[in-house]
Amino acid sequence: MRDLYQGQRAMRQMRRAAMARGVIAVLDIGTSKMSCMVLQFDGPGQFREEDGVGPMAGQSNFRVIGAATTQSRGMRFGEIGTMAETERAVRTVVSAAQKRAGVRVDHVIACLSGARPASYGLAGEIPLASGKCAEHDVAAVLAACNVPDFGRGREVLHAQPVNFAIDGRSGLADPRDHVGNRLSVDMHALTIDGDAAGNLVHCIRRCDLELAGVASAAYVAGRAALVEDEQELGGACIDMGGGVTGVSIFVKKHMIFADAVRMGGELVTQDITRGLRVPTTVAEWLKTRHGGIEATGRDDREMIEVGGETGDWEHDRRTVSRADLIGIMRPRVEEILDEVRVVLDAAGFEHMPSRQIVLTGGGSQIPGLETLAARILGQNVRIGRPLRINGLAQEMTTPGHAATVGLALFAAHPQDEWWDFEMPLESHGVRSLRRAVRWFRANW
Amino acid sequence: MQELTRPGRSADWRGRPPPARPVGARPQPRAGTARRDPAPSRLAYRLHRIWLTPVYRRVLRVGLPGFALAMVVGLYLADESRRAELSGGVTAMIEKIQTRDEFMVRTMTIEGASPVVDKGLRAMLPVTLPASSFDIDLSALRTQVMKLDAVEKIELRIRPGGILSAVVTERTPALLWRHAGGIELLDAGGHRVASATARDVRPDLPMIAGEGAAAHTVEALALFEAAGPILPRLRGLQRMGERRWDVVLDDGQRIMLPERRPVQALEEAVGLHRRHDLLSRDVAVIDLRNGDRPALRLGLTAQNTLRRARGKPELGPDGRVSEPGDDKTAGAAGQGGSGQTTRPAETG
Repeated sequence: MRDLYQGQRAMRQMRRAAMARGVIAVLDIGTSKMSCMVLQFDGPGQFREEDGVGPMAGQSNFRVIGAATTQSRGMRFGEIGTMAETERAVRTVVSAAQKRAGVRVDHVIACLSGARPASYGLAGEIPLASGKCAEHDVAAVLAACNVPDFGRGREVLHAQPVNFAIDGRSGLADPRDHVGNRLSVDMHALTIDGDAAGNLVHCIRRCDLELAGVASAAYVAGRAALVEDEQELGGACIDMGGGVTGVSIFVKKHMIFADAVRMGGELVTQDITRGLRVPTTVAEWLKTRHGGIEATGRDDREMIEVGGETGDWEHDRRTVSRADLIGIMRPRVEEILDEVRVVLDAAGFEHMPSRQIVLTGGGSQIPGLETLAARILGQNVRIGRPLRINGLAQEMTTPGHAATVGLALFAAHPQDEWWDFEMPLESHGVRSLRRAVRWFRANW
Repeated sequence: MQELTRPGRSADWRGRPPPARPVGARPQPRAGTARRDPAPSRLAYRLHRIWLTPVYRRVLRVGLPGFALAMVVGLYLADESRRAELSGGVTAMIEKIQTRDEFMVRTMTIEGASPVVDKGLRAMLPVTLPASSFDIDLSALRTQVMKLDAVEKIELRIRPGGILSAVVTERTPALLWRHAGGIELLDAGGHRVASATARDVRPDLPMIAGEGAAAHTVEALALFEAAGPILPRLRGLQRMGERRWDVVLDDGQRIMLPERRPVQALEEAVGLHRRHDLLSRDVAVIDLRNGDRPALRLGLTAQNTLRRARGKPELGPDGRVSEPGDDKTAGAAGQGGSGQTTRPAETG
């Protein structure tokens, strides 16, 4: 725990250094695509009221000065499969974004969608000696959380205090200076596979970049796609990526649960490849251009030329109807959504006050997905586009870039995590030494 | 009702075309050769990052070309003979342009100058014609020419066709001024025009004398104007004590004018002369310095006549009472200006 704490603190220091320099890059490493944005922090007040730029949800202190997207390589299920290939893809996308921005970036904040995230709710409680909650009490209660056994090789990615309570007064966002006898906290911890995280760190290092933060893709996609009310009242964000479908649940502006289903859009492409016996590129093209969920009678008549270059005329001149395509895609999408439903049920989503579900990610662009999702997941379903941020290109406003935009928001305004508070000195040796120093100072 | 549920495929059902759906380009089949890896190599990536670093960028884009340029120029100019060649070339080029036919001045025309001034002007020109117009400093020449007293104004210009044209306005002498250093000709403004050897050189000009007379030439000219009938007898004006004028007439008579309003005083004296024929009598001095009380100084003959009539002894030419029997000398000494003033003798 202490090593992790130090590592995360080091990353926070790096982020602060990057903010001081004014330029930071965010890197979304997905299974099917990789996107990078270079952010410039100019400080607040670069726009006036009469410029027509509103406060932009508090995101007006930075702007995107360069962005690039490339096809992902060497990734499977949101994890790094082939290190060298992934490194090349990272180099490509970072180089392109740097070129567009015209500046060199040294610090990067990355997000990872896979690596088997697991969510834990932790609770801690301490007595308040002074009868009043001070800054170090908050740190002490966070350190006093009873940590379950995460398992071998697990790393804590997020550890966010969700709720504070003092003497039964629960729901406090900031307990400082409250009067009371006992302080308790509910903390949400998200762990991922340590090896996958280590691979990511190594890959970023190989590209001469400093890692200034790591985030879960499901979490940052939720921050970008859910509007403020949905985050406050309760909502789930389903980030339908290429290899992994991430699920994150927000309430009171805090993430309380996150998980990932190891199925995504590439599985749909794979089904089309197998079902229609076409190459992967053609299957991807069929999915994105002609794909759908709801078949109508007219789709039987719409014939799509599949093509091919085997030399066999009969094979190369094949046509498939759109209804066939939909017939292949729909069961797989249904299966993904069923899995999501299982995850949501396990999280107790039906007990939430507001059960808004927001579908985002590249997979959410399948026509007719809303109807299907409403049937499987619940009535309140919408497709979420990322928040508009300053300088974002039109091509980056699609649902597929929700995680990238969310990462930019995360870089600008990270929520409080456990490592943002000073860890209380536990070891007896340090404490007694400090006491000795104090005694010397007082007496001489 | 049976038409609505038609079993099987009918002809018009099949004939309807599928809906037009805008589709993107079908993915191109892969070329035979392997595609180039779009990712930059590690070296290219690092070089690109170095290129984007501001310090390196500035050094490579400004510093290096600047250094190379300075190096080449420095190496070229390190040799003494090259430097001399370069400066000689530049000088030759300047010389060549300045001595072009268009810039040459060949002749000098002088208008409105007397022969003396003309000669002086030509001598003052610093270069011998023909010369380049770049070598002739017109303003310096002008200030030099303006030092000549005879020249009041000069317009110098280089006209097209290589002509240096000088339009000279000379001063016209209006007065002669006799002072300790000799006789000078003055213009109406009191500026020296030339020196004169004698009064006879310009008998047409009136004469003034005394220290500081040149500064009041306007007043002097006004006085000559006002003299009127006594002008033929007028010898000149004398500045007294750098303060006021004396009018000197031909037989030693003087009209002493006041410091202020001398012209009116002279007109008054002329009026006296008209009425009483004053100046034809033996009056040595008419003193008008006090405007309320003009005074006359009689000549010796007149004094002696008066004394004789009163039965007093006559005065000698030195102004003293002479012995009786010296009548002859007393009568001849009428010219003396040092006679004793008797006032009030006569009022006009």
